Amino acid sequence: MRRRLPLPGGGLRMRLVVAFALVAVVATVTTGALTFRAARTDLLQQGQDTVITQFRDGVDSVAPGVSFPPTRSDLQSFATQVARTQRTADWRVMATYGDLSATSQVGDGFAELTPAMRDSVGTRAATVFQRVATGHGPALVVGIPVRFGSTLYDGSADSSGLAVFLTVPQDSEQGYVDALVAAVERATVPALVVAVLLALLAARGVLRPVRALRSATRQIAEGHLETRLAVHGSDELAGLSHTFNDTAAALEESVAELRRMEARARRFAADVSHELRTPLAAMAAVTDVLDEDAAHLDPDTATAVRLISEETVKLARLVDDLMEISRFDAGAADLHLDEVDLAESVRRSLASRGWQDTIGTLLPPPDTARGRVDPRRLDVIVANLAGNALRHGEEPVRLAMTVREPPGAHPLAVIEVMDSGPGIPDDVLPHVFDRFYKSDTSRTRTEGSGLGLSITAENVHLHGGTITAANRPGGGAVFTVALPLRRDV
Amino acid sequence: MPRLLLIEDDRAVREGVELALRRQGHDVAAVATGEDGMDRLRSFRPDVVVLDLMLPGMTGLEVCRRIRADNQVPIIMATARGDDVDIVVGLEAGADDYVVKPVQARVLDARIRAVLRRVGGGSDGGDGLPQPETHDDLSIDRAGLTVARQGVPVPLAPSELRLLLILSAAPGRVFSRQQLLEAVWEHSYHGDSRLVDACVKRLRTKLGEPPGQPRFIRTVRGFGYQFSRFTDPARPASR
Repeated sequence: MRRRLPLPGGGLRMRLVVAFALVAVVATVTTGALTFRAARTDLLQQGQDTVITQFRDGVDSVAPGVSFPPTRSDLQSFATQVARTQRTADWRVMATYGDLSATSQVGDGFAELTPAMRDSVGTRAATVFQRVATGHGPALVVGIPVRFGSTLYDGSADSSGLAVFLTVPQDSEQGYVDALVAAVERATVPALVVAVLLALLAARGVLRPVRALRSATRQIAEGHLETRLAVHGSDELAGLSHTFNDTAAALEESVAELRRMEARARRFAADVSHELRTPLAAMAAVTDVLDEDAAHLDPDTATAVRLISEETVKLARLVDDLMEISRFDAGAADLHLDEVDLAESVRRSLASRGWQDTIGTLLPPPDTARGRVDPRRLDVIVANLAGNALRHGEEPVRLAMTVREPPGAHPLAVIEVMDSGPGIPDDVLPHVFDRFYKSDTSRTRTEGSGLGLSITAENVHLHGGTITAANRPGGGAVFTVALPLRRDV
Repeated sequence: MPRLLLIEDDRAVREGVELALRRQGHDVAAVATGEDGMDRLRSFRPDVVVLDLMLPGMTGLEVCRRIRADNQVPIIMATARGDDVDIVVGLEAGADDYVVKPVQARVLDARIRAVLRRVGGGSDGGDGLPQPETHDDLSIDRAGLTVARQGVPVPLAPSELRLLLILSAAPGRVFSRQQLLEAVWEHSYHGDSRLVDACVKRLRTKLGEPPGQPRFIRTVRGFGYQFSRFTDPARPASR
């Protein structure tokens, strides 16, 4: 991978790892818990059954030897004998008869025995058992009533009133259970590790196509429309890659079609202007002849001849402007930069058109406004703005130039052209640089081609400058051009 | 009466320009192809050639190169504006000036007269010198309008000669492109400075300057061009 994805904590890889780990933990713990529950129940059940059976056998074997009604010492000996039937187990036995009771171990309080259980044994005359939690761990308490056999006494099979209770600690059973829990815990850790490894593998499998998609999308955005993805497999990501490729192909085709149309339009404009230019070249060559000879013709013919001559010159200028605009549209306009003194350049522009006395100027001193500009385009800018002010505004027209040095940027030459006319109507102001825009539909055709200000704006933008039109508070329009003065290029 | 050869393929333009220029007092020969133009060049011996760049068959550029192979007659190209590359290539092929079509006859006439003035020489400083001046191994005869390097004559087109005369008249002085445009081509201040650059390039080649290390005509970045100041061989330089 050349570039790491700048993912925050919620990255796809992290999410996958967390999800896999969760699944592993949940699965292991659930399995463990179910196994544990089943095993625990079985274990306890088995232990209980064994204890109860052994206890009953013990009681049955000892009970016939008890004299009736028993004394406290009889009870004591009964309990001890029952306890001895299971020497290995830690049995504590208590025998009761009415209010009398005795335990196998002297002084044993038999706190595990609840009154409810004691009553239950007395009334139901059945074996009763209960698991109780004591301070030393869980214990099983079993109660057995001793009944008279029909042959033993007077034939009544009633309860004898004698009851035996057993308390046996269940430490060993608890040990099995603990071992089970530990086993489950130990199983969880490797399962987690395996889950994380699997998650990383899966993440790689998912992330690789996702990364490829991402970088391909970026390449498309950068204009490399020929970018395609290699498609492996047939999963959803492969489907997405297919869709991406189809979309890219469609996009490439559309863009190519647009380019073809644009090229056709551009070629058409170039062809049209070329076709116009050749007859115009012939006509323009002879306008001087017409002008010279018009004086010797009869008045009507002379007027017609002069009209043709004048309009030919205008037509030539219009075609020239159209050519210029279409070159800007085609991106074929080049800057021929040369270092000049802008103040001198502006002065020459005005002088070459005989405007040095009609337009008041405020120019910086010589050599303070030097910079690299295209002299021809600067001449076009100045001539168009000044010409526009003279045509549409009213005199006096003024031109001012200052040099501004914004911190951290190229110094700027700021040229302002102001007239003293009525200004530009508010609804026209946003459109003054539009092509062929006429501020007043009823206005007759003016001397300009209707492209002058558009060409001016294009020339300013080509230099990386800005142009704005506004109305002055005191009346009159002002056009402001800011050109960067590149000094070291 | 200046003799003018017009090479233009479009009949209407050719007839219009021919008519207008004849009225301006030129002796005009007009042909439609480059091949015819090369023929008339020898028989008509024009003072100036007006050449359309877009010609069927032999192109204007090719005609320009062939003329320049053995002839320093002034050449004015007629081009369509926007054919920027063609203009540069045309200038480097040896054209002295260019006009953009459509052009009014009086503008073309002014350019023709300006280029003819270049051939005639005239006051460009340092005139009246009885003998050729020398700059290192380059000798310039301002009266005879000839230039020689190491004794070998260097044939120069009118613009090249004029440019060299102006630059060398003040060694060490820096001329801006605008100044040279006005002085050599009589163009406006806002003329095409590529004329100057192309002419300097041609001049350097003809003077045998090593590429990238010009000895005679130096470029002053951001300002223009200057002619090198060489120490007078008659007076040993003080070290």
